[in-house]
Amino acid sequence: MSAFYSEHIAKSPRIPRLIEHLYAKLPVVEADRAVLLTESYKQTEGDPIIIRRAKAFDAICRHLPIIIRPEELIVGSSSQAPRGCQVFPEFSYSWLEDEFETMETREADPFHIDDATKATLHEVYKYWKGRTTSELATSYMAPEALVAIEHNMFTPGNYFYNGIGHVTVCYGRIAREGLESIKAEAAEALLKCKVGDGDYARRSHFLQAVILSCEAACVYAERYSALAREEAAKEKDPVRRKELEVIAENCARVPRYGARNFYEACQSFWFIQQLLQVESSGHSISPGRFDQYMYPFFKKDLEEGKITREFAQEIMDCIWVKLNDLNKIRDAASAKGFAGYSLFQNLIAGGQTPEGLDATNDLSFMCIEATMHVLLPQPSFSVRVWNGSPQEFLMRAAELTRTGVGLPAYYNDEVIIPSLLSRGLSMSDARDYNIIGCVEPQKACKTDGWHDAAFFNMCRPLELVFSNGMDKGVQVGLKTGDVTQMRTFDEFYDAYKKQMNYMISLLVNADNAIDVAHAERCPLPFLSGMIEDCIGRGKSVQEGGAIYNFTGPQGFGIANMTDALYAVKTLVYEQKTVSMADLRNALAHNYGKERTPEEAKDLTEQVAKAMMKDGIRLSESQIRTIYETSLNDGISAADRAKYQKIHDLIEAVPKFGNDIPEVDNFARDVAYTYTRPMQEFRNPRGGQYQAGLYPVSANVPLGAQTGATPDGRYAGTPVADGVSPYAGRDTHGPTAAANSVSHLDHSIASNGTLFNMKFHPSALAGREGLANFVAFIRSYFDQKGSHMQFNVVSRETLLDAQKHPENYRSLVVRVAGYSALFTQLSRSLQDDIISRTEQTSL
Amino acid sequence: MSRDYNQVRGRIFDIQRYSIHDGPGIRTIVFLKGCYLRCRWCCNPESQSHDFEQMTMGGVTKTVGQDITVGEVMETVLKDRPYYRRSGGGMTLSGGECLFQADFSAALLEAAHDAQLNTAVESTAFAPFEKIEKILPELDYYLLDIKHMNSAKHKAYTGAPNERILENARRIAESGQCQLIIRVPVVPGFNDSVHDIQEISRFAASLPGVHRLHLLPYHRLGTDKYIGLGRDYTLPDIVPPTGEHMQKLLTAALQSGLECQIGG
Repeated sequence: MSAFYSEHIAKSPRIPRLIEHLYAKLPVVEADRAVLLTESYKQTEGDPIIIRRAKAFDAICRHLPIIIRPEELIVGSSSQAPRGCQVFPEFSYSWLEDEFETMETREADPFHIDDATKATLHEVYKYWKGRTTSELATSYMAPEALVAIEHNMFTPGNYFYNGIGHVTVCYGRIAREGLESIKAEAAEALLKCKVGDGDYARRSHFLQAVILSCEAACVYAERYSALAREEAAKEKDPVRRKELEVIAENCARVPRYGARNFYEACQSFWFIQQLLQVESSGHSISPGRFDQYMYPFFKKDLEEGKITREFAQEIMDCIWVKLNDLNKIRDAASAKGFAGYSLFQNLIAGGQTPEGLDATNDLSFMCIEATMHVLLPQPSFSVRVWNGSPQEFLMRAAELTRTGVGLPAYYNDEVIIPSLLSRGLSMSDARDYNIIGCVEPQKACKTDGWHDAAFFNMCRPLELVFSNGMDKGVQVGLKTGDVTQMRTFDEFYDAYKKQMNYMISLLVNADNAIDVAHAERCPLPFLSGMIEDCIGRGKSVQEGGAIYNFTGPQGFGIANMTDALYAVKTLVYEQKTVSMADLRNALAHNYGKERTPEEAKDLTEQVAKAMMKDGIRLSESQIRTIYETSLNDGISAADRAKYQKIHDLIEAVPKFGNDIPEVDNFARDVAYTYTRPMQEFRNPRGGQYQAGLYPVSANVPLGAQTGATPDGRYAGTPVADGVSPYAGRDTHGPTAAANSVSHLDHSIASNGTLFNMKFHPSALAGREGLANFVAFIRSYFDQKGSHMQFNVVSRETLLDAQKHPENYRSLVVRVAGYSALFTQLSRSLQDDIISRTEQTSL
Repeated sequence: MSRDYNQVRGRIFDIQRYSIHDGPGIRTIVFLKGCYLRCRWCCNPESQSHDFEQMTMGGVTKTVGQDITVGEVMETVLKDRPYYRRSGGGMTLSGGECLFQADFSAALLEAAHDAQLNTAVESTAFAPFEKIEKILPELDYYLLDIKHMNSAKHKAYTGAPNERILENARRIAESGQCQLIIRVPVVPGFNDSVHDIQEISRFAASLPGVHRLHLLPYHRLGTDKYIGLGRDYTLPDIVPPTGEHMQKLLTAALQSGLECQIGG
């Protein structure tokens, strides 16, 4: 008999109704928090900032409107409207005001905002001019860093505009001991403060702020208790009345005190999860190892016969739904980079205990079950894989993958644990890691990881090599010399490394400026009480109170840079079939690619607008000439042919992703141009920089700002996604691609790597299909890959592959006993397969 | 230990990695060129002739066929060793017909076994038994096609009668040297009646040690290739059997007492 219960548990009919209610309308922006915060700030001018933060949080907890949505079992909503969001003017606000009129119609993550809210926020914002973290951060940045940001070399936008988030707190401890235990710990530390201590002022105010904010959170929960009791009294349905009475009891108890049962522990978890996102707008506040810290409550209830598996599952499903109730509005550009209203609340199951034993338990399976029941984007659900992971657990995870929901992501303990050890974590802490946000590992309750600190586009420094550091007429990078005079590949590669190192140092400058601004203007006392060793050190997380401190900016475009540098090495320096001057011209003219009439029209509009802005009047025929020039880019037919020939030559050079050791080893070296310099830098909290290699979804918008690259990538097209081969260039199937990616050094990228793969549902058909899929993951992990996630293609994807075959050249599909590359099939056979996809995706 | 087999040369036309439907686990399939039969539904028409051929696909004309040593094939096959180890997979020889190049096939299988890979062949078994004897010692799975029990009909659709195939099937089973799995390509108008399938499955069940039978529904994947080779496709009008019909045939096959499945 296995050590855990792995049977499927039925879904309660309540769950689809909760989801329907949640998604009935476009999410709404609400102003209540901003008003309460601003009123409080006005009354606390002159107080220490940490006290001001605590008092503002207290005001918000006491007065933010509360609501219990129909049929909820877990309560606590940050907005009146389902999936609504509050705003956080203390971090930044001007973008929001600028986008009032477009936010409802924008492509990525639209929000509704009514006129009254606009007017209220307009008033509120008057207070914030000159007081935000983003304004302070800008003032701390070096001028050259500001120029680099303006030229899109990297974007630190995430924390520049918003709170930090990216943390996992001690949910388990709060569920066991309650916030009263944090208060008691802070009070005890306060007693030990001596007025003569050098850090008395900072320490004592910090501890007072922790106590104040914990009390505020308890008061918030107690308001829900009162509301539930009130609604119970009015409720006609006896079943719902009973539910509301239990909710009232739960909220009276937690999170102030320790939970007495699983249900209370779940409610305690939820209040913490929600209120962290009321205190600050940081995203990726990750529940982490829910199956571990909740298990003792579940086990006890089950053993004592106080709970059924079905009810426990229903409560968990309710939490899974609630995680989608929290929302956040981002500026239009960031919304594209983090598309999908995602808050990246990463919840992970399985893996090892701090002692190194397998950690899988009943709740690990129930986490998968909950994700299957709700099929929603949140939580960002992950599973840990190690040599001792039970096969049945991974088979169940694979079943979830097969649904096409894109979850779970798979993480490799065998790479991540040693990787964290190399960054100074203890063995038991490393074994207890969870994932933050997208792919970033950390030890819960002890870490301020500042993961996701910036997007760094590795293609841009290469553009600077070709332009001797110039971008749009400005000296943004270093002067590395005339590219056509570089005699050897090493000289060329060195120039790239110099541009990289320089841009990395500017990125560090920008991130550190933002880091300091958060410490000075937005320390977070509620969060800090739940991160070790803030109370002991007497300072907030933002001031370096956590035991482990990191900054993790993520680079992307490795596949492009590998292919590009390898092509330059091969064609320019080895075969000498292309001269550097011709390559530079080909890049400047986008390989002679003709513009479509639409692109030419857009460009004509831009040019005409710019000219008219300068007061130049244009005739019809002049506009016609601009259009025609835009269409052929002003180059001769001979040059166009030459540039296209160069593109053909580049296409023929071997590419990353095809299991060619020489190219793959080169990729490993190219990745080091980002990961190695990064780890030499320190942040203001006393921690180390550690690189990540993942793009979230920024490879698309940031690719749009990148010119043509020597790998044959056209200007403005997406840059490679994570550590994956460039879309369509891996043509030898999934094992070849995975082998190539495993050639990278995943351990040094300790802020996480991201490998995306596409599969057809038939590859996972039946138990045998699942077993082969699990074997595939384990084999990649045997070769020291760190992370994998899968897009099991839908019918829509196949239709898209027909339209854009260039993006899907590696997509393998199966036709009755035979696998083939989808894009190489004839149209009629593709249609055959598309019509069959729906059946095989069961 | 002798490594002479690495130098043995043969003719292939493709190596396909990450195949999960032709034998257990994750596998690499080596497609050998040349076949004794001319099945009218063949989805790899470029495999039939042992000669090099020109085939045009997607506007690009390529030579089909490559002479290669066992050592060179194994270099590609062994790239996926981690996947074989985790999934219990390995190498499958397909074609064409691996018995058409029996010495090359035997050398490939020996090399794979020495590398501790699971081995399989997809074969028609239409060859002198001496050739089959060459490959059996290093073979784990023999995936053998039985297309029809009626020899005349078999000849009309494949170019050859079925007696030798049926006899070889029995001798392979009786040798006990490998697991024998019977596969039936279900081709509408040829062998897709309940009666046809019942006959084949009864025969399969009579073979000692045979436990499994796969029904492989006909598909049109090869039709593009006939055009590319400039050949006529003589089964232009048949459509793949419906899922419903396959279920009916599966029910019929199950009466034999074998474990049966649709697909490989």
